[in-house]
Amino acid sequence: MSAHDHAADHGHAHGGAAHGSLKGYLIGFVLSVILTAIPFWLVMSGAIDNKQATAIVIMAFAVVQIVVHMVFFLHMNTASEGGWSMLALIFTLILVVIVLTGSLWVMYHLNANMMPGLHDMREMP
Amino acid sequence: MPDALTKFIFGRLTLDSLPLHEPIVVATFAVVALGGIALLGVITYFKLWTYLWREWFTSVDHKKIGIMYMVLGLVMLLRGFSDAIMMRLQQAIAFNGSEGYLNSHHYDQIFTAHGVIMIFFVAMPFVTGLMNFVVPLQIGARDVSFPFLNNFSFWMTVGGAILVMASLFVGEFARTGWLAYPPLSGIGYSPDVGVDYYIWALQVAGVGTTLSGINLICTIIKMRAPGMTMMRMPVFTWTSLCTNVLIVASFPVLTAVLSLLALDRYVGTNFFTNDFGGNPMMYVNLIWIWGHPEVYILILPLFGVFSEVTSTFSGKRLFGYTSMVYATVVITILSYLVWLHHFFTMGSGASVNSFFGITTMIISIPTGAKIFNWLFTMYRGRIRFELPMMWTMAFMLTFVVGGMTGVLLAVPPADFVLHNSLFLIAHFHNVIIGGVLFGLFAGIAYWWPKAFGFKLDPFWGKVSFWCWVVGFWFAFMPLYILGLMGVTRRMRVFDDPSLQIWFVIAAFGAVLIACGIAAFLVQIYVSIRRREALTDPTGDPWDGRTLEWSTSSPPPAYNFAFTPVVRDNDAWWDMKKAGYVRPLSGFKPIHMPSNTGTGVILAAFSVALGFGLIWYIWWLAALSFVCLIATAIGHTFNYHRDFHIPAAEVTQTEEARTTLLSAQG
Amino acid sequence: MASIATTAGTEPVFHLEEEHAHAEGSSTMLGFWLYLMSDCLIFAMLFAAYGVLGGNYAAGPAPKDLFDLDLVAVNTTMLLLSSITYGFAMLTMDKGRVAATQAWLAVTGLFGLAFLSIELYEFAHMIHEGATPQRSAFLSSFFTLVGTHGLHVTFGTVWLVTLMTQVARFGLTEANRRRLMCLSMFWHFLDVVWIGVFTFVYLMGMLR
Repeated sequence: MSAHDHAADHGHAHGGAAHGSLKGYLIGFVLSVILTAIPFWLVMSGAIDNKQATAIVIMAFAVVQIVVHMVFFLHMNTASEGGWSMLALIFTLILVVIVLTGSLWVMYHLNANMMPGLHDMREMP
Repeated sequence: MPDALTKFIFGRLTLDSLPLHEPIVVATFAVVALGGIALLGVITYFKLWTYLWREWFTSVDHKKIGIMYMVLGLVMLLRGFSDAIMMRLQQAIAFNGSEGYLNSHHYDQIFTAHGVIMIFFVAMPFVTGLMNFVVPLQIGARDVSFPFLNNFSFWMTVGGAILVMASLFVGEFARTGWLAYPPLSGIGYSPDVGVDYYIWALQVAGVGTTLSGINLICTIIKMRAPGMTMMRMPVFTWTSLCTNVLIVASFPVLTAVLSLLALDRYVGTNFFTNDFGGNPMMYVNLIWIWGHPEVYILILPLFGVFSEVTSTFSGKRLFGYTSMVYATVVITILSYLVWLHHFFTMGSGASVNSFFGITTMIISIPTGAKIFNWLFTMYRGRIRFELPMMWTMAFMLTFVVGGMTGVLLAVPPADFVLHNSLFLIAHFHNVIIGGVLFGLFAGIAYWWPKAFGFKLDPFWGKVSFWCWVVGFWFAFMPLYILGLMGVTRRMRVFDDPSLQIWFVIAAFGAVLIACGIAAFLVQIYVSIRRREALTDPTGDPWDGRTLEWSTSSPPPAYNFAFTPVVRDNDAWWDMKKAGYVRPLSGFKPIHMPSNTGTGVILAAFSVALGFGLIWYIWWLAALSFVCLIATAIGHTFNYHRDFHIPAAEVTQTEEARTTLLSAQG
Repeated sequence: MASIATTAGTEPVFHLEEEHAHAEGSSTMLGFWLYLMSDCLIFAMLFAAYGVLGGNYAAGPAPKDLFDLDLVAVNTTMLLLSSITYGFAMLTMDKGRVAATQAWLAVTGLFGLAFLSIELYEFAHMIHEGATPQRSAFLSSFFTLVGTHGLHVTFGTVWLVTLMTQVARFGLTEANRRRLMCLSMFWHFLDVVWIGVFTFVYLMGMLR
């Protein structure tokens, strides 16, 4: 019972948190460097003519790099804390998306309707 | 003293900051000061300071902290209700050319303070106090996950309350309404200290609330007794979990928005200004992203109370446990999709308004499901009309009306007529009083014996009940009528004499409610005097169903001598049915966290920091900030914050209980 | 562990005989993670404010007039390097090597300070040019978002120094390891937020 206790305690005390490895950190680092350098280069050199396309590309790179950080640096996985860490993260991300898109949508409409200027109400969104 | 030095030491605080020219405030101060001195005198005379400090203020015991939250809520209820009755009186007499007895400078502070106090310093502490006291007992735990943080959270809430109360006597409070919309709350239109009191009181209290949220989520996830799966948790614990998720997921929004307002006021940024690119509508948008989840934070725990009370006093398992859980989770998520209904009229247009109007109507459905589940629980039960059950039934009748007027307001065209009218005021008081307050009284009556070892006096409880319920209906039904007639909220003086009768009726209702509050205080006094006769010797005065009723009343510091093992829903009921026998020997030493004064000290520095920021006393702000950080860091150097209760002491406590139980026969 | 033990096959027992007490600190990692989620929401609010107000230049300077992407690239590198050096500190901590851990923590701190210095230089330069936080809503939201991130890095650095002191005094105890793991989460989280900042503020700013 005591040996079992000790093992359980060991796992318990770390909260089951995954640990990194040298390989993991180095892979994460190299990926991050690449995923940072390319967006910077794209913007600074203006390689893609279309600004909107550039914007979408660098946003995609940001999302990927965030995932890289989550996996290789934060050791994010579905097992940690019995899945509660992942659930908390997903819930937070859903809220962030709701709040950000909701605010942008609402404020766009408010600005269009309410900010000073000449409006033809029939043309309003 | 040279002017520059005075300004340095006192900031913008001068003798003029004392409201000596307002007789009502001076009189209030006199009463409070005398009462306060009397209280301090009594404590000193009976040499209770050491006891209070050691046993209560520095306690990290969730039960004691829960009780202290309830005391805070009750004290602030008296302040918040005084504001209410002052408003009712003013509105009842300010007709036919009369200005009433309150000038606008004072009146505007009253309605602002009334809202801020009732939401942040009455409802939140009451709800937090209930959850704190009950949840660890219900899940078979000895305390919350972070006992020190729990103590710190309480004192931060007190700190916020102190700042609000201080505004009454030093300076003034905000005159902006309880949400302080800019540009009115910006530095241009409110250059005085009022809005700053508002901001820092809420920021200080907000830290406490957010940390408390994290604490209770971890407690419920990590500290449940073995065998208590998520779907075997009591419904009150489920609603507490969802409430605390809402707290952690919404209070950061409030923190951010108030910080942006503070930056506008202190640094001159342009987030919510009218010029330089600012947008005041953004404040309204962001603050309601917090504001709507906040109202669900207030009501969800009380839905849990009603579930516990209904099943206990109907002698039946709760009907539809699974659907109750799903309904609660759905409400939690949907509460983030409705916020715009608070500002339909701000001008976002038909498409946006329609979306949020529909989501608002949808969110009423899970609540409706809950009402049906409670009714089905009662159906064919053996109903006992004890006080908690009476409050629950009053809730069902009252809250449903309020909920329906909410769905009415959810229709944007209707809201265009009724927004910011007294109809809105009637609606939210209907759901908050009918839901939150009636639920709190139910919960207090229900768990009081567990906390103190004796029941509350039923006679005075019934007096309080009838005064509250009748008083509420008299106070707020006229407001629905007035709102439909077009009367706006926050008005101080009226031109149309035909409205006066409704305000008089409302004032009468407020007087009845005052009687209800008085009766509640009398109830507490009488119950303490009669505690021998009202005693609860078994720990299970209501034939309860959940684990807290397996402990003594009050429970020992360690809650459970042995950690319970759970087999089913309504764990205690299951144990009783299976012929559970209390273990009488084999007790082990119990690991407990130590008391600490650090929470009190950190909160005190926070209050000093807030005060310094409010009055532009920069040296005080800087010094308190440094002390705050230093104390917090210093506290982390103390690694030994625990002790063990010796097995002999546990044995002694348990044996005393055994004796008491066997004396019952 | 916890079973419904029966004594000699008779009635079920409703309590644990042997106390497998909740290990001290068993909630800490989850609790800290939840705090980080709340912090994430604060940043989301600041991003929302920047998203809504970031185009309001009030006839003042715009991103193109102010942002120096070379400097931001250097800054980003400092922060990224600090993340990897903290990772190395975690690896040596797992092996119980106090001196190596302290060394990597110190390097992390230095990279953090480098990040902060560059950022302060950038802010000072902008203010000197008249691009103050008060100039426009764009600048208010820029300084607040980036500044809040910088404040977090500052607090993290103070925490780092505190932990280095505690490790030096008490060694790599269970409690200190927990604290180092919490700081690790905090530090990496700040790097994640920075990805958002350099993408949405600096890079997109230059694309507007």
